[in-house]
Amino acid sequence: MSNGISASSAAIAASRQKMQAKRKRVNGVALSLSLAAMAFGVFWLIWILYETVVLGIGGLNLATFTEMTPPPMAEDGGLANAIFGSMLMVGLATLIGTPIGILAGVYLAEYGQKTWLGGTVRFINDILLSAPSIVIGLFIYSLVVAQLKSFSGFAGVLALALIVIPVVIRTTENMLSLIPNALREAAYALGTPKWKVILSVTLKSARAGVMTGILLALARISGETAPLLFTALSNQFWTSNLGEPMASLPVTIFKFAMSPYENWQKLAWAGVFIITMGVLALNILARVLFKNKH
Amino acid sequence: MDAKVDMPVTEKAKLSVRDLNFYYGNFHALKNINLDIPENKVTAFIGPSGCGKSTLLRTLNRMFELYPEQRAEGKILLDGNDILSSREDVSLIRAKIGMVFQKPTPFPMSIYDNIAFGVRLFETLPRVEMDERVEWALKKAALWTEVKDKLNQSGSGLSGGQQQRLCIARGIAIKPEILLLDEPCSALDPISTGKIEELIHELKSDYTVAIVTHNMQQAARCSDYTAYMYLGDLIEFGPTAELFMKPKRKDTEDYITGRFG
Repeated sequence: MSNGISASSAAIAASRQKMQAKRKRVNGVALSLSLAAMAFGVFWLIWILYETVVLGIGGLNLATFTEMTPPPMAEDGGLANAIFGSMLMVGLATLIGTPIGILAGVYLAEYGQKTWLGGTVRFINDILLSAPSIVIGLFIYSLVVAQLKSFSGFAGVLALALIVIPVVIRTTENMLSLIPNALREAAYALGTPKWKVILSVTLKSARAGVMTGILLALARISGETAPLLFTALSNQFWTSNLGEPMASLPVTIFKFAMSPYENWQKLAWAGVFIITMGVLALNILARVLFKNKH
Repeated sequence: MDAKVDMPVTEKAKLSVRDLNFYYGNFHALKNINLDIPENKVTAFIGPSGCGKSTLLRTLNRMFELYPEQRAEGKILLDGNDILSSREDVSLIRAKIGMVFQKPTPFPMSIYDNIAFGVRLFETLPRVEMDERVEWALKKAALWTEVKDKLNQSGSGLSGGQQQRLCIARGIAIKPEILLLDEPCSALDPISTGKIEELIHELKSDYTVAIVTHNMQQAARCSDYTAYMYLGDLIEFGPTAELFMKPKRKDTEDYITGRFG
């Protein structure tokens, strides 16, 4: 019998064989389980993409991009007003949310790291980050829509911006925290003032990561329905007036897909296809940007 | 430990440390340090890890102030003026006391802008003069011939040794009076180390240099004065040749002969 120190080399070799064989079996089981889990996930994902492409492409033609959303049971029509409304609201929400998010993220990472205020803001931001988007929709509804007694594109922009901000804060803070302190110290050692260290050195080093965060936030709000349902509502016609209700792709899809009219259902699938491809393109762009840096 | 009694330095002191105590929170990291760093000489700090040599270097340009839990007590006199209690903007003090770190830290910009960055903080130079300044600094740091054709490329594309020389060039470009080097060669291969040691030798005609090193041969090779530190105390300080050939204290002798540390 081997008892620790006096074990013979033959006994150690036998023990190694046995333990290694056991490790291999455990490894085999774990690998099969994770492969199965991956296959399960990918199966549904591919199915969704397949349905989207097959049904979406069917309803897709030039008119989808040039004509307005049609009345029920009409012959043709498109999604032009919804696409435009989505792009306008998503674009504005990103424009509003990004600077606020970056500045707040800079505060958390560079100024308020260990302060009471920083900790509180970080905690609240984490809650906001995981808040259901319908809550944000209802918040803007009661704050803006109910006060002004009108649904508006402007309210939609605000709701989407509120979703963008926590995402950008989080990624900005995380990306800045990854920058080694040695780089900051090197900048300070030249006599650089703090604002310039942040602007020219840390934020610049983290820009690929921050950009990725912005793109992911953009992708997220492109598909949000709930916050727009209570704020921008929808509009059958083309409008660029933010004071009026405004059509958007997700809300139009929601409305059209639930309807019994075949032409609406077809357009809903086309809309799904457009959104999916748009979000996919944004995700790929984010990945490419991040990879170039790392 | 009182190092004042055996202070053998007779040269003009550029930087004088007086009764310096340093704390990381409650940890007393530097104990009553007294020392004169002579002008236009290279002063090396040696000692085992954790002895406080890097900490001392980081008090000399008030770098520790970035971290709220760190504090220093005592005086650090630059040409007679205390920089620890000085009302002067800390950025202006740091512009006079350059620092190069253990790991190369190129900024996320071109080689040219890496050098020009610090200069632009305090001077507005016309393009031609800025070009001259960048070339001068890169030549000083023995990097010019290697990068003169790719000044617009990113600084992080250079090799480790080149990056470190870039950082030295960046430090020199703003024309400081003192250069602090915190183990500048520890991440480098012997050839790059050799280049940087030559460089240190040349730099002392214009600058006062203080270097922290783990490598005793390096201290012996390139410094004029050496300070041996242990557990936050300055044990011995003197001309390098003297400290290495006939150290006054047993502790120093044990360390430099490799019996300890």
